[in-house]
Amino acid sequence: MPFIPHTELEVQEMLEAVGVSSIEDLFDEIPQDLRCGELEAVPAALSEMEMSQQMNRRARQDGQPVCFIGAGAYDHHIPAAIWQIATRGEFYSAYTPYQAEASQGTLQLLYEFQSMMTALTGMEVSNCSLYDGASALAEAVLMAVRANRKSKSRRVLIPRSLHPSYRRVLHNIVKNQQVELVELPFDLDEGQTDLEALSQYSGEDITALVIPQPNYFGVLEDVDGMTAWAHENKALTIAVVNPLAMSVLAPSGEWGEAGVDICCGEGQPLGIPLSSGGPYFGFLCCRQKIVRQMPGRIIGGTLDQDGNRGFALTLQAREQHIRRSKATSNICTNQGLMVTAATIYMAMLGAEGLERVALDCHSRTADLVEGLCGIPGVEARFHGAVFHERLISLPVPARDVLRALAAHNILGGLDVSGDYPELGSAILVCATEKRTVEDIDSFVQKTNRIIGLQGGVPCGLQPKDG
Amino acid sequence: MRVATERRVIEMSLLIHEQSKPGRRAVAQAPLERKEPSGIPKQFRRRRSAPLPEVSELQVVRHYTRLSRKNFSIDTEFYPLGSCTMKYNPRGANEQAMLAGFVNRHPEAPDGHSQGFMACMYDLQEMLKELTGMQAISLSPAAGAQGEFAGVAMIRAYHDHRGDTERTEILVPDAAHGTNPASAVMCGYKTREIPSGPDGDVDVEALKAVIGPHTAGIMLTNPSTLGVFDRGIVDIAELVHGVGGLLYYDGANLNAILGKVRPGDMGFDVIHLNLHKTFSTPHGGGGPGAGPVGVGERLLPYLPVPMVAKNGEDYQWITESEYPQTIGRLSAFAGNAGVLLRAYVYAGMLGREGMPRVAEYSALNANYMMVKMREAGFEAAYPSRRATHEFIITLRQLLKDSGVNTMDFAKRLLDYGFHAPTTYFPLLVPECLLIEPTETEDKATLDAFIEAMKTIYEEAMKDPGLVKSAPHFLPVKRLDDVRAARVLDLAWKPTQD
Amino acid sequence: MSSLPSDLRYAKSHEWARKEEDGSVTVGISDHAQELLGDLVFVELPEVGDSLDAGAECAVVESVKAASDVYSPLSGEVLAVNGELADAPETINEDAFGNGWMFKLKPGNIGQLDDLMDADAYAESVESEGH
Repeated sequence: MPFIPHTELEVQEMLEAVGVSSIEDLFDEIPQDLRCGELEAVPAALSEMEMSQQMNRRARQDGQPVCFIGAGAYDHHIPAAIWQIATRGEFYSAYTPYQAEASQGTLQLLYEFQSMMTALTGMEVSNCSLYDGASALAEAVLMAVRANRKSKSRRVLIPRSLHPSYRRVLHNIVKNQQVELVELPFDLDEGQTDLEALSQYSGEDITALVIPQPNYFGVLEDVDGMTAWAHENKALTIAVVNPLAMSVLAPSGEWGEAGVDICCGEGQPLGIPLSSGGPYFGFLCCRQKIVRQMPGRIIGGTLDQDGNRGFALTLQAREQHIRRSKATSNICTNQGLMVTAATIYMAMLGAEGLERVALDCHSRTADLVEGLCGIPGVEARFHGAVFHERLISLPVPARDVLRALAAHNILGGLDVSGDYPELGSAILVCATEKRTVEDIDSFVQKTNRIIGLQGGVPCGLQPKDG
Repeated sequence: MRVATERRVIEMSLLIHEQSKPGRRAVAQAPLERKEPSGIPKQFRRRRSAPLPEVSELQVVRHYTRLSRKNFSIDTEFYPLGSCTMKYNPRGANEQAMLAGFVNRHPEAPDGHSQGFMACMYDLQEMLKELTGMQAISLSPAAGAQGEFAGVAMIRAYHDHRGDTERTEILVPDAAHGTNPASAVMCGYKTREIPSGPDGDVDVEALKAVIGPHTAGIMLTNPSTLGVFDRGIVDIAELVHGVGGLLYYDGANLNAILGKVRPGDMGFDVIHLNLHKTFSTPHGGGGPGAGPVGVGERLLPYLPVPMVAKNGEDYQWITESEYPQTIGRLSAFAGNAGVLLRAYVYAGMLGREGMPRVAEYSALNANYMMVKMREAGFEAAYPSRRATHEFIITLRQLLKDSGVNTMDFAKRLLDYGFHAPTTYFPLLVPECLLIEPTETEDKATLDAFIEAMKTIYEEAMKDPGLVKSAPHFLPVKRLDDVRAARVLDLAWKPTQD
Repeated sequence: MSSLPSDLRYAKSHEWARKEEDGSVTVGISDHAQELLGDLVFVELPEVGDSLDAGAECAVVESVKAASDVYSPLSGEVLAVNGELADAPETINEDAFGNGWMFKLKPGNIGQLDDLMDADAYAESVESEGH
């Protein structure tokens, strides 16, 4: 019996102790007519080896294409030590550290994580994770609505340049809590949120403004201008950042005059594998004065009976297990193991290492963009400054180009035409530090050939895709 | 017999930040050449590097390996944490989920490069459908609480879609997890608490008194967190359905009945599962989990996306465009895919025959422990009932007799090398311990735990100070959590000297 | 039950109210309430100028393991709050009926004081809760 250690003799002894004649008797309180029969649609058991053979077959089936897609999930190098340590049983198979004295390993690590995230974002405090970047944004918006007591409108401004899936998830999570989400357009040439559109809301009661950096297109937003506007208009600011980018870009705690109020984002770039979209982790940082409105677990340093330093969960009265219907969020299980990996990753890389990785990706993406823009009809879509990702306009339907590239085992970026029909045929591309010069050359050459075969015509004459 | 003794000597750990020296780093782990930030204007750039630790690769490895040794875990200790199902997490499941083809798959990879992964997801959906007796499953919620949110959001979508907007209330038993009321509130509902009767089942008369046209639904855990199977479930379902409400099943305790009774057959309209409990994916020090949801016919159109469909031999994603009435996606991509893969491998190794054994042996272990502990003089909260996969004892008499409370008792268990059971939950049993041994523990371990409980009871009566000041043999002594909340120290700060 | 000040009026939900000479009413939580909660770690107070209804949630007291709403025992406008509680929530543990006061109200209807219990009735109410 897989994973059940009982010998027949032990079972007999235990049944005798309980005073029943069979295991079946233990279920005698369950009404008989509710009981189910054999579950035929569940396959028969496999041994670990047989299961492994099936899983290896399926994993191989998906190939290992060369990936130039970013769009919120990035294919970075992960040092071997990260997951070897994170999957030590003591981290891997522990529970939430409710018994602090028996969980000092996890607790100290989480305290270090909070310290690293505040260092990276320039914020005062950090929680120790939410599910992913998109749901973290939804929690950040709900937090801002609670924290901005002066604002009664529950109106939150959301740039259209923010990741489309984040906008969807945000809508889906807050929609029954009377929060009004208002879309801010972006400048079609620059790819930046249109500050003039923002200024139309000056003087109105706005609860919060969301500021992505970089935005979905990789374009750098005028974060100082947006933060200053929010400050003047008594709106709280919510930064949505790529944590790796924070190593080279101005941290959200320094935007505008006094920094933002809340900073959240997707932690995947910090040592978490792509893994089909999860598990990743969302992070959430804020000013200390609104920490009691922050959802998720928070670790604090304290002392033990002998006066030695130790760590414990703190501010738990915000959480559902104590506050129930009045909790800051329903979140319980978070993404602890991912945070374990991310903490080890940040310690391993340090600021210098993170900067090198960030700059390397940035430089490789620039090389890729330069190569692609050498193809007749292909252009970088926006003129604004970018970080490590860029939108490229194609003279032929993006879908066809990507399909042809996939046949060569290249994932040549993401077709954004479904989410942004106003941008025509365009793909979002990213080359991380893992993409070699040869990978980039091969991508450019194959794209050139594919566009040529499709009878590429200059951009602008092509009918819109889809 | 076990004796509490110093388990291991571990030196005080400095923070990784306190081991930092300017200019040191793990050189092999970053690009050897430092590129220029070309094209990034100065006003966008960081002025000073982030104050992260500067340490070598060996320092990192040693520091975190040492920290790991300060944890209790399933791999190292018995961990009978009630309602958390801390059973063995098969290593094979981890290895297979981390195969290169899976960990390197980008979430936006085209279907042609995803058939292997999607086949696993489809198979898992089908297995969970059969195991729960529901019509369809969506795997995407990232944890139990997100599954609860999805479930209540579907209930709301159903009522709203029918124009039935007078339903403003979700009923929640007093024994429920805190996530239940919190999730209901996130979906815009008010919650109303339903008391449990003296035998642990929901008080049906009290339920009758509060249900009506304003009832959107009820959230139930069955078996409940009181460690008993609610025998009135069919009546409850009839009552709630009778007034137009829907039934939500919190799958936290599914381990107790896996392969024996199905929530769908009990009359539930929507369920979530905790794969990190019932399907043995690792708890990871607090996640990641996975909280798939399943629905009956009425809620079918509202399931969260994405899901996987099979069309001939091909697997395809079902997204918003194929499923227009969906409550939508709850994470940027497809939820905690890596956790789902682990659960799939676990399910594959259990197979058809293995599923009911989970319930059988977890019930055997729990009932055995309950009987043995009662023999030893401990007071069970519901002595007239069968234990499910867990049971509650209360130490209220001990508190009166010795001044030792449940927290003290729990801390002393740590000294004996056992993780403490869940304490002070559910809230309605005073001084309680909720004990869930799981099916993967052997009799000798259970016996040793019971022995330790007996010994601590004796210690408490003879020398209460010893227990009240426990733990004595862990890396730290009892921590001052009042100080942690009053004097907030939430991040290391560089010293200014 | 240790001595309950007889000049206070009490609510079943464990708040106390005291009529001051200037016509204002001071509000706090009872010693019994602080005992139930244990060491307090945070107190969230209403803001000066807030207008409160009798029975409305107006403050929160938090210990490590519990959080409890405080309900205004009578209607009125908040005249002052005890700012010292922000840094020293333990004041309520130490002196619930004195220095641990929470806020002062300008009562909308002083007659509402009569709806509250006197010390004896409150003591009885607490006693019966224990059973």
